[in-house]
Amino acid sequence: MSGAGGVLRYAERIGVALCERYRGYGYAQYKMSKFEEYDLYARNKEFLVSDTVLTFTDLSGRLMALKPDVTFSIVRNSRDDAAGVQKVCYTENVYRATGGSRSFHEILQAGLECIGDIDDYQLAEVLFLAADSLRLLARPCVLTVSHLDILADALARLGLSDAMGQRVLTCVGEKNLHELSALCQEAGAPPEAVDRLLALLRLSGAPEAVLPALEALECPAAALAQLRRVADCLESLGCGGLLRIDFSLVSDMNYYNGMVWKGFVDGVPEGVLSGGQYDRLMHKMGRRAGAAGFAVYLDALERLGEDGPACDVELLLLYDADADVRAVSAAVQRLVAEGHSVSAQRAVPEKLKYKALARLRGSEVIRLESDA
Amino acid sequence: MKAMLNVALPKGRLGQQVYAMFDKAGFPCPALLEDSRKLIFENADAGVRYFWVKPSDVAIYVERGAADVGVAGKDILLEYRPDVYELLDLKLGKCRMAVAAKAGFCDDRRKTLRVATKFGRIAAEYYASQGRDIDIIHLNGSIEIAPILGLSDVIVDIVETGKTLRENHLEVVETIVPISARFIANKASYAFNQARLEGLYHALLAQTEEIV
Repeated sequence: MSGAGGVLRYAERIGVALCERYRGYGYAQYKMSKFEEYDLYARNKEFLVSDTVLTFTDLSGRLMALKPDVTFSIVRNSRDDAAGVQKVCYTENVYRATGGSRSFHEILQAGLECIGDIDDYQLAEVLFLAADSLRLLARPCVLTVSHLDILADALARLGLSDAMGQRVLTCVGEKNLHELSALCQEAGAPPEAVDRLLALLRLSGAPEAVLPALEALECPAAALAQLRRVADCLESLGCGGLLRIDFSLVSDMNYYNGMVWKGFVDGVPEGVLSGGQYDRLMHKMGRRAGAAGFAVYLDALERLGEDGPACDVELLLLYDADADVRAVSAAVQRLVAEGHSVSAQRAVPEKLKYKALARLRGSEVIRLESDA
Repeated sequence: MKAMLNVALPKGRLGQQVYAMFDKAGFPCPALLEDSRKLIFENADAGVRYFWVKPSDVAIYVERGAADVGVAGKDILLEYRPDVYELLDLKLGKCRMAVAAKAGFCDDRRKTLRVATKFGRIAAEYYASQGRDIDIIHLNGSIEIAPILGLSDVIVDIVETGKTLRENHLEVVETIVPISARFIANKASYAFNQARLEGLYHALLAQTEEIV
């Protein structure tokens, strides 16, 4: 194989293809510095996937961070313009502590951000591109969506303290209805509000099944109407089959509002795409505009790619110590031109994996062994 | 042939009880009951594959997607916080996470409390909620002897009947949280197998409602 396709990892190729797709919808590719001032992240740690940030002091004594997130940089560098929208996409490495390893990793992610006056069309377009990103992986996929305004309304009716509300929200994210009921009872929440929240959480499935049932729960009309309009639009774009509404999908409500979503692809045990509307983050950062976006965790896709090469080189070509340099060069050039990968050596290196072994006699290549 | 549902079961008596519930819920695999050293059992007709794993590892298998569902103790879920759905309290393996100390222990709040435990996170969060300064001593077993030998002031551990505590002249000072076996699911597996997992959930729920 030749060209960039053979050199780039599967995840990198997907990242390139995704950005290509996003650019088709007017998203300009955004390139950012690896470093940002630590202060930017320290003030908004709750928004980060991981609250640990890799820091260092630069030559002028400022505390810097290897960026653990892309959204902050984009928001900070965006125009504070409430009219119109700015659309950017990216493929960037971020640096986070992941999983149980308690060590930092370089993580490749692609994504897009739509900043400005986010109307239903803009929101539907962002969600369509999220669905389309999953479809690009050519495997069964699911895009789970929720509306935080509907969930927030159901939680508010419980009348809980902040601390108890946080515990209940944890149960929501775990679909842990048994403990949620017990906590609400312990806190003296109105039984009808508890039943309403439980009913909301039990509604999980395709929009055509969930949306009519939401009517009966008297959800906030504007949020329900928005959910319906966006779902209708995605259905008309051929993405309806991917959508699942599930109110157990929670994000930090100090930053996110409105619709949030998470994408799954068959064969990967965790979400590979995550996003939502984050007007509240914008306002916390002193911006008037709204925003929506998502990230695709390309590293999570690593194991979906094709198997790695079975050998280091196709042909190991042995030549004698007194071989003519021009003869060796000519033989190698000829084999490479024929499309083989060739390693010319005087002896068989330890641990080198090759498909075929050949020896150069004069100008003739004599095959010695092959696993084909 | 049905798609396989991978189930991680905790080795031991609890695992046998849990399997009986899954069997009754329509996921039989008679080979599992045979006396053997095998760890993986499959019933292709029922579309289920069971594997025995160390109880504390069940949540890892489920979180990482090697198992679609599993049964783990609430103690493990609280300690390791895996990113999974906790769908149901199976009301099996009931016990409690408790603080225990030598009989007659009196907490001197002028001093840092030394706490021996396997459950560092649970202990830390419990005492943090009380604003109590503690020194956690991580042990992997025989926790009960730590106060007796002066290694710690108290222990935080699972208490079932309290017999081990009594035999070592310890007593429960406070209960932190009740513990029991929980039915958990991988979030991605749930997204792709929702109907099947909801069916299993309802079949297990019906059985737990019979348990007092």
